[in-house]
Amino acid sequence: MITRLLEGVPRRGLAMLATLLVLLLLFPLFASGYLLAIGFLILYFAYVGQAWNIMMGFAGQLSLGHSLYVGLGAYAAAALYVHFGLSPWVGLAASITVCALAGTVIGFLAFRFGVAGVYFAILTIAFAEFARIGFDHFTWVRGSSGLFLPVANYTENDLWNLRGSPRMFYYLMLGLTVGAFVLCHVLLRSRMGYYWLAIRESPEAAQALGVNIFRYKMYAVVLSAAMTSLAGVVFAFYYNNLFPEQIFHISRSIELILGPIIGGIGTLIGPLVGALLLTGLAEGMGELLLALGVDVPGVKQVFYGICLLAVVMFLPDGVWPPLARALGLERKDKD
Amino acid sequence: MKRRQFTQAAAGLAAATTLAPFGIARAQSRTLKVGVLLPRSGVQAGIGQDCHRGVQVATGILKDLGLPGLEIMNGDTESNVDVARSRAERLISEGAQLLVGAFDSGQSTAIAQVAEQRGVPFVINIAAAPPITEQGYKFVFRNFPTAPMILGDAFANQLEVFSMSGAAPNTAVFMHVNDTFGVAMQKGFTGVMSKFTMPYKVVDTIAYDPAARDLSVEVAKAKATGAQALILVSRLNDAILLTRELVKQRWSPMAVLSMGPGWYEDQYLKTLGKLGDGPISFVPWYDPNKKLAKQLEAAHRKAFPDINLNTNHIYTFEALLIAADAFKRAGSTDPKALADAIRATDIKDNVSTGPGIKFDAKGQNDKLKNSAIQNRGGKLVVVAPKAASNAKPELPIKPYDKR
Amino acid sequence: MALGLSVIFGVVRVVNFAHGEMMTVAMYLTLVLFGALKLDPLVLLVPIAAVLFVFGYLLQVGLINPFINRPEHSQFMLLVAVALILVNLQLIVFGPDAQGIRTTYSFDSFQLGPLIVDAAKVYAAGAALVVAAALFAFFRFTLLGKAIRACADNYEGARVVGLNVKHLYALTFGLGAACVGAAGAMLMAVIDVTPTIGPAYTLLAFVIVITGGLGSMPGALLGGLLIGVTEALGGVLFTPSAKSMFAFALLVLVLLFRPQGILGRKAA
Repeated sequence: MITRLLEGVPRRGLAMLATLLVLLLLFPLFASGYLLAIGFLILYFAYVGQAWNIMMGFAGQLSLGHSLYVGLGAYAAAALYVHFGLSPWVGLAASITVCALAGTVIGFLAFRFGVAGVYFAILTIAFAEFARIGFDHFTWVRGSSGLFLPVANYTENDLWNLRGSPRMFYYLMLGLTVGAFVLCHVLLRSRMGYYWLAIRESPEAAQALGVNIFRYKMYAVVLSAAMTSLAGVVFAFYYNNLFPEQIFHISRSIELILGPIIGGIGTLIGPLVGALLLTGLAEGMGELLLALGVDVPGVKQVFYGICLLAVVMFLPDGVWPPLARALGLERKDKD
Repeated sequence: MKRRQFTQAAAGLAAATTLAPFGIARAQSRTLKVGVLLPRSGVQAGIGQDCHRGVQVATGILKDLGLPGLEIMNGDTESNVDVARSRAERLISEGAQLLVGAFDSGQSTAIAQVAEQRGVPFVINIAAAPPITEQGYKFVFRNFPTAPMILGDAFANQLEVFSMSGAAPNTAVFMHVNDTFGVAMQKGFTGVMSKFTMPYKVVDTIAYDPAARDLSVEVAKAKATGAQALILVSRLNDAILLTRELVKQRWSPMAVLSMGPGWYEDQYLKTLGKLGDGPISFVPWYDPNKKLAKQLEAAHRKAFPDINLNTNHIYTFEALLIAADAFKRAGSTDPKALADAIRATDIKDNVSTGPGIKFDAKGQNDKLKNSAIQNRGGKLVVVAPKAASNAKPELPIKPYDKR
Repeated sequence: MALGLSVIFGVVRVVNFAHGEMMTVAMYLTLVLFGALKLDPLVLLVPIAAVLFVFGYLLQVGLINPFINRPEHSQFMLLVAVALILVNLQLIVFGPDAQGIRTTYSFDSFQLGPLIVDAAKVYAAGAALVVAAALFAFFRFTLLGKAIRACADNYEGARVVGLNVKHLYALTFGLGAACVGAAGAMLMAVIDVTPTIGPAYTLLAFVIVITGGLGSMPGALLGGLLIGVTEALGGVLFTPSAKSMFAFALLVLVLLFRPQGILGRKAA
């Protein structure tokens, strides 16, 4: 089975991936607290971006309200922990269920009623906003005053309750990101992956061939939602506090799709490349401005925006495809 | 053999990396590196930049007081919790030995965790959510009242104001913004109020969305209750919106009592002119009769002649005062020594209202008192508590259509 | 303001996520001009709309035209980047504090029996209706207007007939921007501006436009009315802090059951 998964992948690509993995594993050993925090953020955005990518890149649905799943997942696990002391590994079952349900509802409403494209995007925004305002009034999770998780010491790593050092969270996130990567690769190679490709390229032809479009689009949406919920769980336990105003906010939804769009929608490694690039860019800009002695708030964001603009204009498919070509990783059997 | 040596070396390296910050900080130095984290861009930019003014005025005054120098390292949290956390890490990596910040409760919590993990003291200038000092942190200190403290003093001061001005409302309607601060205040409201014998009854509670563009519905609802007084917890923009609605809907309550920001801020006074007079705000403030307060006022007026001295400036200044004072007593920049020194802080000659700056076991200054200020003639006067005031309160306030 | 969005999306089929930010630009412009010239914002409406028209036109020609046929997410990214730049430029130039203008009628209200009506809002609403009528007339009765509508209905057909579609698209974007400019000027008479109020308005504009019907101008007006009433009723009947939820609920219902909006035509 491994050989089947690896066929068609250029050897150079494999070698590079392996090197990258080793680097990521060793990173915390020589990284300062600051770099570790950045590393966590990069992996977080890479993971969430990958999850979003499934809905967008594979099933072609633009979701601009993905913060909904992050928030739902986070609150589900956190509330269970705060009220009942349930470990997040148990709580995440609830998170996944809630998000899968939400995804199902949204997917069902959208596909049954033929809401597509921009309208779908706006539908997702509406749901996220609905949740934001709704959770502000949801007293069981403390509403707008915020849900605070009891904080424990940082020297011991309690993996069961997800209390521990940033290093633990880094590895956890790394595990999730690698898992997502492998999962997506497997899915793309599977029959479902090909159905998704068909639906994306030409829905009418696919339907004519007997592919149940509704069912496969739903799979993508639900899978994406469920995966995103896990990111929410980690987020909740990493930051130890949740505010509906912040976690469901549309700026968060936008934040997490920047990575995959810049990296390359539909590609496997796009989200990681995008997350790396964007976080690196943001921090790099900050450093540069500091070095130049500029202390005007807002300047960094302006330059960041200009860079985003440049990438979107000149690299329409994202950063990864041209990068892959440059690295000589172009697949010979690509259609 | 080789592998074991390698593993041992790696382990040693790992251990050294995690222990390094403490080792480096043990060195003596004449100035303390203080990382100041504020939301200077993003949605909270206005407040962050206002707090920053307190920082700018602080260094001069601290020098005059003979306190050791502070090297300020500015960090912008961009009103975002991810950035707050990474900025905090960054500042510590660059050598910050003490952190100050960050106004927002969510961002402050994120920074608190970093501070606690790295063993760097964190002095919170402003953040009212009670849980922050309930987490059992050893390195986090808050010199700002929690919502229950603000409430309690508000009621006490209200009684003073009513008795001094000779007027008291029978009924009141309570409006609050539906965000962290607003909800915390609303939750504690009835509980704290029951500890005092207030002359009024609250006939209705109306919550509104912090992002509301229009508050006509809310004000109409409030006016319909027929209450004599309006009690509020709001922010600056809502305060302006609400006042406009009060004028337009022709409702002049006999008293406008605010237990939060907004109604006394410069922007409010400037935008509304004489329509801004009258509201009394029950907020953490400074004691105009204290020596250091007068000094701060003078320095502030010189640096920012158009801007009134307010909560943001005062508490940010005090956070730095605490840092410098602790540094002087600790005599070193070692974080643990600093934290212990902060825990033992006892500054009687400060700026904010109350007996001074002293922290309890949880790192909270629970002795802080809040004041009552009234807008008068486009300026602010402190009307309560009597010992820390410079004017008498005037109630009922002049109806809006008579101005 | 929603009209502008409707025009832009209806014709150019670009989702302008920088809509709200363009409006704050207009508001700041109004602020500056008011300070310099002391003219009523409803009068300043005309020059500001003109300036925004040019801005929109240039934006379309320069940045957006190459994106017409790109997938939605690319367009979206583009405008998100533009919005980010605009917001932070405004922050740098104008600072974060709320700024407003005071006219003689800022605090007036009319009393009609038991009803009290806010004067400033009445004037602004009047101006809005005038602008809407002008826009409607333009599209109905002028050659240019008809040409633009042709583009919207049938892109290929329009090109076959010889219309310079690129130019028309730019014009339309400019028009939409002009509407936004007018809206900004009107809004300054009613509220204060800070750099970050843009996104909430973009969202509101979308809610209104979709509810009323994309590409339909009476629809935008109807949508605005409907959303306003829904929020007000929701606020009165339930807790006001949740009133936006009702607007969103309405949006979801419309998207599901009548995606072309209440007055829209079925999309081609």
